[in-house]
Amino acid sequence: MTAVDFLSYVTDTFSWLTTGAHWTEEGGILQRLGEHLYLTGVCLAITCVLALPLALWLGHIGRGGALAVNISNAGRAVPTFAVLVLLSMGPLGRYGDWATIVALVLFALPPLLTNAYTGVREADRDVVEAAKGMGMTGGQLLRQVELPLAFPLIMTGIQTAAVQLVATATLAALPGGGGLGRLITAGFGNYRTAQVVAGALLVAALALLVEGVLKLVERRADPMRRRPTGPAEDTGGAGDTGNTTAPPGGRARRPAPARPGT
Amino acid sequence: MSSTSPEGCLAANDWWCGEYLRTRQSELVDATVEHIWITAVAILIAVLLAVPLAVAARRWRAARGPALAVTTILYTVPSLAMFALLLPVFGLSAAVVVTGLVLYSLTVLVRNTLAGLEAVPQEATEAARGMGYGPGRLLFEVELPLALPALLAGVRIATVTAVSLTTIGAIVGYGGLGNLIYDGMESWFKAQVLTASVLCVLLAVLADVLLLALQRALTPWTRSRRRRRAAGSPGGPAATASGADGGAPAPQLAGRAG
Repeated sequence: MTAVDFLSYVTDTFSWLTTGAHWTEEGGILQRLGEHLYLTGVCLAITCVLALPLALWLGHIGRGGALAVNISNAGRAVPTFAVLVLLSMGPLGRYGDWATIVALVLFALPPLLTNAYTGVREADRDVVEAAKGMGMTGGQLLRQVELPLAFPLIMTGIQTAAVQLVATATLAALPGGGGLGRLITAGFGNYRTAQVVAGALLVAALALLVEGVLKLVERRADPMRRRPTGPAEDTGGAGDTGNTTAPPGGRARRPAPARPGT
Repeated sequence: MSSTSPEGCLAANDWWCGEYLRTRQSELVDATVEHIWITAVAILIAVLLAVPLAVAARRWRAARGPALAVTTILYTVPSLAMFALLLPVFGLSAAVVVTGLVLYSLTVLVRNTLAGLEAVPQEATEAARGMGYGPGRLLFEVELPLALPALLAGVRIATVTAVSLTTIGAIVGYGGLGNLIYDGMESWFKAQVLTASVLCVLLAVLADVLLLALQRALTPWTRSRRRRRAAGSPGGPAATASGADGGAPAPQLAGRAG
């Protein structure tokens, strides 16, 4: 590819993106973006409802750790594309979007399960023991100690699940679902490279935007940041540690919530 | 099956069909071979790039942040978009798929190799220096061998992921078994879709088992070390990213299937 070719791709893509009709027409960017966000949102809600209670409970009682790890390992070996196509050709395919929704939720569950489980399980054991010693019940312990301590990893799980959903929702276009992926597949169908590249740019931008927004939410909403009695340096660094590969131990060195059970 | 009616399950469009396996054997073999070489080439290139990158990120602190940031951003880009973005660069060719897979694999490999290098015990490098090892010899004879288990754990994760992502290459016609899934989807040919999907999962599992065997053969010392670690000494920073089995990768890298 020469530099001139490359430049022409850039200008073609730019002009495709800046053509108003491509945004507003039937099957245009706005409609596809709406479908994409709707699909991602619905599936994220379903995933949270299914995964969070299970992961928190398992983490609380300290069982099922091998299950949480194995599910995400197994999930990696199964091609998303194959599951999407199999489900849409199967009996579920008759019920509109449900084949797509089930496939998306299946692939969003493992990261959330694993992270939320790890978060609760690895909550500082000293703090948990202290809270037990103060006479907290199981429910109080989970709500007031383990949950706040696990919050960063739960948010990491939600972030990963959301990014995964944005990616899988793109693939839903291949077996005929909606979403921004349709711009890409339609571009391939018409041999319009500008449209393919424009669609890909929009999808990539959406994925990065979703991740960025959720990181911001995590920083703002971390319950350990708002405790006025916590040491200053601890609240200062809170945003940086939750979303990295750092072992949860780095997070666990945190004070107990200021006001334990009443 | 075929003894009662010549084309029974094919005509009925069953999910599982012995007749299909027999008549399309060469097609299945060709697709599997394409799948394997696309994945293998991508992983090879990714390893060749990731090791120097990780070494550089370790030597020059300034390179560390950008190297990790770029690979993380690449990991966030959905696969269909990644292949579509590479289309104008390479045209409709296998290079689109291979390059996309290389870019995804880099994230896991750079991270794991870096974690492995950083977990090399200070005493080991000090001892080597005391014995008169130069920087090059130190790297190749002490640091890289000690980082090998972490690197290989990364290779396993990257390979399994790449096997499943190769299917998306069907969009440019180079998806290995993904091509069969794509064609089967368009012609509503159930046996072809299911057979190719099952083969793809089998391929991923087989690759994982083979790489585990390779890992065990190349790093026999990790087994005794792991036992010692389990006996009480702390695992060090790389433990979560590189557990010698590759069993528990860093949690948030768990899903890269789309």
